[in-house]
Amino acid sequence: MTINTLSQDGVQRQQMSCLTKMERMVISMQDPDMGIKLRNQRLLITVIPHAMTGADIVEWLIKKCSISDEEALHIGQIFVKYGYIYPLKEPRNLILKVDDSPYRFQMPYYWMSTRWPASELDYAIYLAKKNIRKQGELIEYEKECYNALHKRINHTWDFVVMQAREQLRASKQRRKADRIVLKCQEQAYWLVNRPPPGTLDSIDHGPERRTMNTRVQLNAEFYKKEIEHNRISLARNRVKSSICLESYVKYCEQYQPHDPIMQGCLPSIPWITDDIMFWNMNCETVAVPTKLRVERWSFSFMELLNDPMGRKEFLTYLKKEFSAENLCFWQACEDVRHGETSKIPEKVDEVYKQFLTPGASRWVNIDSKTMEKTLEGLKRPHRFVLDDAQMHIYFLMKKDSYPRYLKSDLYKNLFARAIVPQETKKSVFPFMRRQRHSSPSPALATQAAEDDGKAKNSNSFKSNSGTASRR
Amino acid sequence: MPNTKYGLTKRFHFLNKYFQNGLSSLHQNTPRLREILCVLVEMAAQPSDTLATLKTESETLKTKLEEERAKLHDVELHQVAEKIEALGQFVMKTRRALKGHGNKVLCLDWCKDKRRIVSSSQDGKVIVWDAFTTNKEHAVTMPCTWVMACAYAPSGCAVACGGLDNKCSVYPLSLDKNENLAAKKKSVAMHTNYLSACCFTNSDMQILTSSGDGTCALWDVESGQMLQSFHGHAADVLCLDLAPSETGNTFVSGVGTDISRNVYLKTSLITCKQCRLYDLRADREVAIYSKESIIFGASSVDFSLSGRLLFGGYNDYTINVWDVLKGTRVSILFGHENRVSTLRVSPDGTAFCSGSWDHTLRIWA
Repeated sequence: MTINTLSQDGVQRQQMSCLTKMERMVISMQDPDMGIKLRNQRLLITVIPHAMTGADIVEWLIKKCSISDEEALHIGQIFVKYGYIYPLKEPRNLILKVDDSPYRFQMPYYWMSTRWPASELDYAIYLAKKNIRKQGELIEYEKECYNALHKRINHTWDFVVMQAREQLRASKQRRKADRIVLKCQEQAYWLVNRPPPGTLDSIDHGPERRTMNTRVQLNAEFYKKEIEHNRISLARNRVKSSICLESYVKYCEQYQPHDPIMQGCLPSIPWITDDIMFWNMNCETVAVPTKLRVERWSFSFMELLNDPMGRKEFLTYLKKEFSAENLCFWQACEDVRHGETSKIPEKVDEVYKQFLTPGASRWVNIDSKTMEKTLEGLKRPHRFVLDDAQMHIYFLMKKDSYPRYLKSDLYKNLFARAIVPQETKKSVFPFMRRQRHSSPSPALATQAAEDDGKAKNSNSFKSNSGTASRR
Repeated sequence: MPNTKYGLTKRFHFLNKYFQNGLSSLHQNTPRLREILCVLVEMAAQPSDTLATLKTESETLKTKLEEERAKLHDVELHQVAEKIEALGQFVMKTRRALKGHGNKVLCLDWCKDKRRIVSSSQDGKVIVWDAFTTNKEHAVTMPCTWVMACAYAPSGCAVACGGLDNKCSVYPLSLDKNENLAAKKKSVAMHTNYLSACCFTNSDMQILTSSGDGTCALWDVESGQMLQSFHGHAADVLCLDLAPSETGNTFVSGVGTDISRNVYLKTSLITCKQCRLYDLRADREVAIYSKESIIFGASSVDFSLSGRLLFGGYNDYTINVWDVLKGTRVSILFGHENRVSTLRVSPDGTAFCSGSWDHTLRIWA
């Protein structure tokens, strides 16, 4: 198992952009004119200066970013979780409360960007201080960490204890309010960097990855690659922005009625109403398709071919026109391209016998140049040997048969017969949930087919309605 | 580097003189011979283009590229989108919560039947769910942790997954309760670093993978052989998305955190920290989706069926829904309790599923 052992440097760089943005916001929060109004907050009997309430923070965020209450609370929570703001009332609970609970800004000294990763030595000193100040004040997990550190950095333990004693002595000379503040600040910092087990580790970021930000060696090799890459890019065909964007807009408009998330769908979205009629009515083997489905076939040739029912209908039409072999050939080529490698030679041979031999039963009409090239390639069959021929037939169908199909009676009649499903009636008792029916796994369908010994198209599967639910 | 050039020229003249005098004189002068050989070796080792010339060439090409792109840049997306109606209020809620993973969910994929999902997590477990009923149908334990990639086969009969084991393995889904899925496992892809993403191409027989070793590759499932390899990235390839087109299959790969190729086939979206829309035909970035209040980056994106909406799962535990054309944020969805690591819209566009480091998956509609 390998992971790129990237230096702490690289990961920190990944975090940096978010931290910089957060810090910028924190700084603007502390702006004397436009920032949050700080005042003295009462904490039991002491008065803490330069503090604010949870409600203040949320209010400021709402005004500054024009967002909702929920979002402002959420953002405020992030600041508390990352240690930029810490609570005074319940210091061990890093949560933002939208009331008059007091909060304070953390000193830049303790910001994530300045002191990350937290050093073991500092943690040892902190725990030692706590231990000395009041024997037994260390919580269970802290005790474990303390003992572990004692073992690990035993050689500097005298230094640790000495530092701890020094810092305690220095703090005794401060005013009570300052002492409380300093204590809270330090505690908040360590809660973020050494979270107690079971709580959310905000600075967890997953395995290290080599990103584009890591220093690339600017040597000749690098520049040669860049030059090659730029040359290829220059040679690309580009289209005007207006054309691209206009066509994208048109595409969105065309597909909007078909987008269930945007416009809903009839009869209803199964996930919302627990009613699977929508899936049943659009499955492959349904007798009468829905109007939207049939309409979609007219958007592009690919849409028609991607829908198994559409493909079947198109085949029926082609049979009437005596050009069904085109579609069959195309399908056979797809099978070669995407099927098992071991079966390629025999499949290609089949295709040749059925479609390409002069005088074959389902001979396809390919131009002589492509035919020559294909026949040459058949001597050494590989996965993509039929690509040219397939392309030729595909475009033939697309330009000729497909538009005529859309104008044909067959298509128009189907569209007229197609149904618009009725919206699912809202149940009389809205709080009663409908039974969620399960469907047979697609794996089951093909397994059954294999058992029967029938060759089954691997892309098809059935989904039955009305199966007894399995709970 | 003028100094070296001068030095080289001087020595070249010196060499030339000797050749003009005939090689015979060289035999009598062995120390000289050594010096000549040194010069020859030095000349051979000297690259024909110096670093500086390469750098200037690269930069001139880059400027030219920018010029070419700018020539065709005649309109901005939001200008084109002015005439379109704005979207109304958007209400999406969690409709299903899939609980069962013991650790961070890293990846998910939908089955073509529109209701089944495969998901993989940090603890090495890969679970197949019927998301509609929230039943777990299959579970596989991988021999490694951090299973960062998983994919459902188009037929619905197998799943592929991989991660820190540097491999992509395919597990056929058996319905026999007593059968251990791991027994029929097939090792397909081998990379030299972690597997970041995988997906089946049009059939169960081929898999496309991307890896932390900076490459992507196409594999034949049956034999486990590599069919094609794709190089070019300078960093870990973190994502890929496939779109079959009329002329064959094309795919996009990225070193940003996620990529989603719009169904429209002409645009793709890349996220690095912000969501950006890149039009492949116009060959430029056409939009950036950002907001002052969004501090963290997106980890995963996907388009709705029509391409009008963009769903982004972010590292601040939320999901932001963007109006792709207008560039505005339509809605923000709360619910996850840790970062959203993966997000996919269902094949028929009726819902989307998000997987998070809070061990759960949620279906939104």
